[in-house]
Amino acid sequence: MRRFINRHPDAAIRLLLILLPFVLVIAAYAVASSARLAANPDDKLLPSWTQMQQAVDRMAFTPDRRSGEYLMWKDTAASLTRLGLGIGIATVLGGLLGILQGLIPYARALLSNFTGIVAMIPPLAVLPILFIMFGLGEVSKVVLIIVGILPFIIRDIAQRTGEIPREQLIKAQTLGASTWQITHRIVVPQMLPRLIDSVRLSLGAAWLFLISAEAIAAEAGLGYRIFLMRRYLSMDVILPYVAWITFLAFALDFALRLLQRWAFRWMYRGEGR
Amino acid sequence: MSQVSIKNLWKSYGDQTVLENISLEIEEGTFISLVGPSGCGKSTMLRMLLGEESPSKGEILIDGAPLAPEPSADRGVVFQRYSVFPHLTVFDNVMLGLEFAGSPFLSRLFGQKKKAARARSQSVLDAVGLGQACRKYPSELSGGMQQRLAIAQALVKKPKVLLLDEPFGALDPGIRAEVHEILLSLWKETHMTVFMVTHDLSEAFKLGTRVIAFDRARNRPEERKVYGATITFDHKVERKLAPLHAQSA
Repeated sequence: MRRFINRHPDAAIRLLLILLPFVLVIAAYAVASSARLAANPDDKLLPSWTQMQQAVDRMAFTPDRRSGEYLMWKDTAASLTRLGLGIGIATVLGGLLGILQGLIPYARALLSNFTGIVAMIPPLAVLPILFIMFGLGEVSKVVLIIVGILPFIIRDIAQRTGEIPREQLIKAQTLGASTWQITHRIVVPQMLPRLIDSVRLSLGAAWLFLISAEAIAAEAGLGYRIFLMRRYLSMDVILPYVAWITFLAFALDFALRLLQRWAFRWMYRGEGR
Repeated sequence: MSQVSIKNLWKSYGDQTVLENISLEIEEGTFISLVGPSGCGKSTMLRMLLGEESPSKGEILIDGAPLAPEPSADRGVVFQRYSVFPHLTVFDNVMLGLEFAGSPFLSRLFGQKKKAARARSQSVLDAVGLGQACRKYPSELSGGMQQRLAIAQALVKKPKVLLLDEPFGALDPGIRAEVHEILLSLWKETHMTVFMVTHDLSEAFKLGTRVIAFDRARNRPEERKVYGATITFDHKVERKLAPLHAQSA
């Protein structure tokens, strides 16, 4: 008998094992849901597939009776706009500050302890301050996402910049490069793919802050909607929304990974050699 | 006139003396091999020549002028590893030095200048035998090819002094001999001064025209802190193919 750490499943068994947890969860839900609904047809906690499908139909493909809008798309657009703005701004700022902090000793002395401390502030504790400062509109939500993920991106990029071998920086200087030339020809191009990694790691936090901010004060948004529906125990809406949010998060992560592979081929060339 | 002169140079870190009283006159076109046991300060010497560190006492002059206190374009360097830029193709790695010089803000050349730089890069790459690999990225190259690229990168700037820090230490013996040949022929053509740190004695004698050894004269434990290493051996190697002043005259 070979040791377990040396035994690998073949393709078919692998596929089966990959699918197994998904199938189990779905099956468990279906069984529980039908049992509850058999006992009480008005039960709202575990809606059936048909109920959820009807809810999706109502939210996504039927105009709202009051506003005439397709609520699910409106919510998706509102949430993705906030998320995109927040992540976009945090990425640009985080990249710039991180590289400065990692490369320039003066900037490191100025910033590194400060960002280290700021990173320890729980962003949600700042949310009331943001609401007071920026009002309940879009700005405070975008700022919460920025406050939440920027310190991490700065520190991550600063560290990665510091990991550029000293040999490379010396070499660049012997080629006559100035600080500016080293920054934009050597450091920035090598940090862009790391920045994507950093953003991918921040995505979970960004979603968390988005949904939290929307739950507290908003007029549209995925987080707003599920917290609104909670009042009516509308699990038939909440569950598809959660699935949709999960899908969006997964798709965003996947898109970033593709972008990285496509835009920074130098990282992957010769990998298998 | 001697090109590099090192005068009464001392280097210590805190109260730990690493090098003491090093004086050397190095003629233009010399290929110096610097050998010595680990920890004898030969890499420290190279870092001082590079301008990465400064001597505690004494000075280093190139063509009579004191060395800039930071790395600059008059001294090229090849390290054992990480000397090439992974995000640039072989060709762009070589172009880079010319772009830095010709375009302070954008670091990109255009028109006639670009044409000239491309031609020069290509000729240097051909000289190190990488003419066919221009479009590859460093990660696709073997160790020997990467070191040849690092040499090409330095040569394109026509440095006065080429500094090599155990440049072939990570290569297989066969590949190493191959890169030795390329380096020797380039050195003969360009007539530059080369300063190579190595721990391989046969390599030191094969390549160098002058072999210098550093060692500690006093090596008892209680003496190690106060006394640094110094030159214990300085030997000119007679060459069959004396390259000095052959082409440049």
